Amino acid sequence: MASITLNALAHTYTDNPTKPEDYAIREMSHVWEQGGAFALLGPSGCGKSTLLNIISGLLEPSHGEVLFDGKRVNELKPEERNIAQVFQFPVVYDTMTVFDNLAFPLRNIGVPEYKVKSKVYEVAEILELSDQLKRKAKGLSADQKQKVSMGRGLVRDDVSAILFDEPLTVIDPQLKWKLRRKLKQIHEQFNITMVYVTHDQLEASTFADKIAVMYNGKIVQFGTPRELFEKPAHTFVGYFIGSPGMNFFEAELKAKDDQKEALMFGEHEIATSDAMLARLKAMGASKVTLGIRPEFVHVWDGKNNDAFSVEVDYVEDLGTYKILSFLFHGQIMKARLSEDQKVPSGQIYVSFPEQWTKVYVDDYLVDVDDQANTVDKNKETDHAN
Amino acid sequence: MQTKVENNKAWFLVMPVFLIVAFSAIIPLMTVVNYSVQDIFDPYTRYFVGTEWFKQVMLDSRLQEALLRQFIYSFTIIIIEVPLGICVALMMPTKGRGASLALILVAIPLLIPWNVVGTIWQIFGRADIGLFGAFMSSIGVDYNYASDPTDAWLTVVLMDVWHWTPLVALLCYSGLRAIPEVYYQAARIDQASRWAVFRYIQLPKLTNVLIIGVLLRFMDSFMIYTEPFVLTGGGPGSSTTFLSQALVQQAIGQFDLGPAAAFSLVYFLIILLVCWVFYTTIMNMQKDK
Repeated sequence: MASITLNALAHTYTDNPTKPEDYAIREMSHVWEQGGAFALLGPSGCGKSTLLNIISGLLEPSHGEVLFDGKRVNELKPEERNIAQVFQFPVVYDTMTVFDNLAFPLRNIGVPEYKVKSKVYEVAEILELSDQLKRKAKGLSADQKQKVSMGRGLVRDDVSAILFDEPLTVIDPQLKWKLRRKLKQIHEQFNITMVYVTHDQLEASTFADKIAVMYNGKIVQFGTPRELFEKPAHTFVGYFIGSPGMNFFEAELKAKDDQKEALMFGEHEIATSDAMLARLKAMGASKVTLGIRPEFVHVWDGKNNDAFSVEVDYVEDLGTYKILSFLFHGQIMKARLSEDQKVPSGQIYVSFPEQWTKVYVDDYLVDVDDQANTVDKNKETDHAN
Repeated sequence: MQTKVENNKAWFLVMPVFLIVAFSAIIPLMTVVNYSVQDIFDPYTRYFVGTEWFKQVMLDSRLQEALLRQFIYSFTIIIIEVPLGICVALMMPTKGRGASLALILVAIPLLIPWNVVGTIWQIFGRADIGLFGAFMSSIGVDYNYASDPTDAWLTVVLMDVWHWTPLVALLCYSGLRAIPEVYYQAARIDQASRWAVFRYIQLPKLTNVLIIGVLLRFMDSFMIYTEPFVLTGGGPGSSTTFLSQALVQQAIGQFDLGPAAAFSLVYFLIILLVCWVFYTTIMNMQKDK
């Protein structure tokens, strides 16, 4: 059992990195607490696997430190780190039986045979492999093989963390959810830190308590699935999480007729809190990106003078719900319609609830809701005094 | 219920294969069969002799000895070349310039013509001017492959090991390169020893190339002719006279075409049988696993 800390970690595959693009992992500091179920989510090539291999010790980071329970492990080999790793393609020792496969890590460290036996039976029971123990591992199906390779991590008492590198890629869709549930169950039972790498948001959110979203070698947000959905900290998170992703449009902070400043998208003023306006002003940002999830775009049934008038482009029927695409000031945006909502056409009215309209400067969220908000409030009271 | 559609037109599609096999194997073989069951004096005078030639060659002690010698020889070189080839393959560098260099160096013996190999070793082993022979003399070993049967055997085996271990090594090298990196990573995480990695990852993944390697080496060594012929001429005495040389002596030296043909067929069947038994055994072993 261990917490995993990444301290100013960075990695490059080149010898003389000069620009940020040379780094597969850009400098990051991050903590995976002991016993948590975490997901590392990101598109292909964002550095997820590199990061995982650094944690497991298959790769030595070029910069920074990896700490297990506060102890530096950079120089330790994978075999000395007490971690288990499940790979994308199931790795089993073909010529061995399932039993021998599961016993392999124990026998390698010289555990007495009677202990090996009881431990293997116990783990096989949990993984529902008991009746397969005498079979050759070669003949197993992909999901069983993947269970065996997971089992090799579970048999060891000393394992502090299990790392999963897209373990369900080769598993049949029907079996995926079953195996995923098994993983979750194992996590609850063993209280082992688990880090699960995937590019599938559904997999990540069903497995993990907290998800780290990676983009271009950086962890851009670390939060619960709900946080990622409701409050994406980076435009990439908004785009990557959710189906379809967040709507984004550029807005400008400028003075209106009455001298008061507002966020303008073309002719349209986007409702924004005063605190946010003050914050943006303080930051000196004039151009911002606004993001709103299709789920939160309010589509009015009738004419509404407070809402924006937009043109319907097309409607996609996805079974239980429909996705409406509309043109707002020349930009295509999407809104999710519930099942019973009537399908609009032509000129319709939509509005963006202020609460769900997120403001991004240089791709990062400008947050005035909690902490930042209180800071601003304090400032205001200071001024008042 | 019978749902199979009878359609004999399909036979026309396999005709080319039959024709090619007929011309490449069956017809030449049949001429040998023809000789093996007849006593032919001239194109117009021939007598059917049945299995007489077969009986004769099977009872010929010279051929029996050559056959035994042949089995010992093939067995010896396989026992040496396969493990050695695996070792060489494991030690060959996998990346960079070293890898290409090693591949070229290892492949060189395979590029040398058989009779040149024989000549090289003939000179190499000579006590007066050969590097190997002179070296053996200088450390006090009385080595002479031309007069001592043991030395002759040693030299012939050594020559074959030098000539053909690279083949096994190259086969194993390609087999090793085909093992995905992730297996080694998993093994490291499972804290497997170097031996365990070899035993449970590398060796199982090498099975197929090793089967091919052993079969090739068996067939080639069982038919070996040129190198011992050039090196020792089958001597001293008949200590290094292997089957094909005995066959050539009979067919060309003595012009006993009938017995030679019968012997060729037996020879062919032995190779076929050994390969079949070996292959079936290995395949069954794998199935049981």
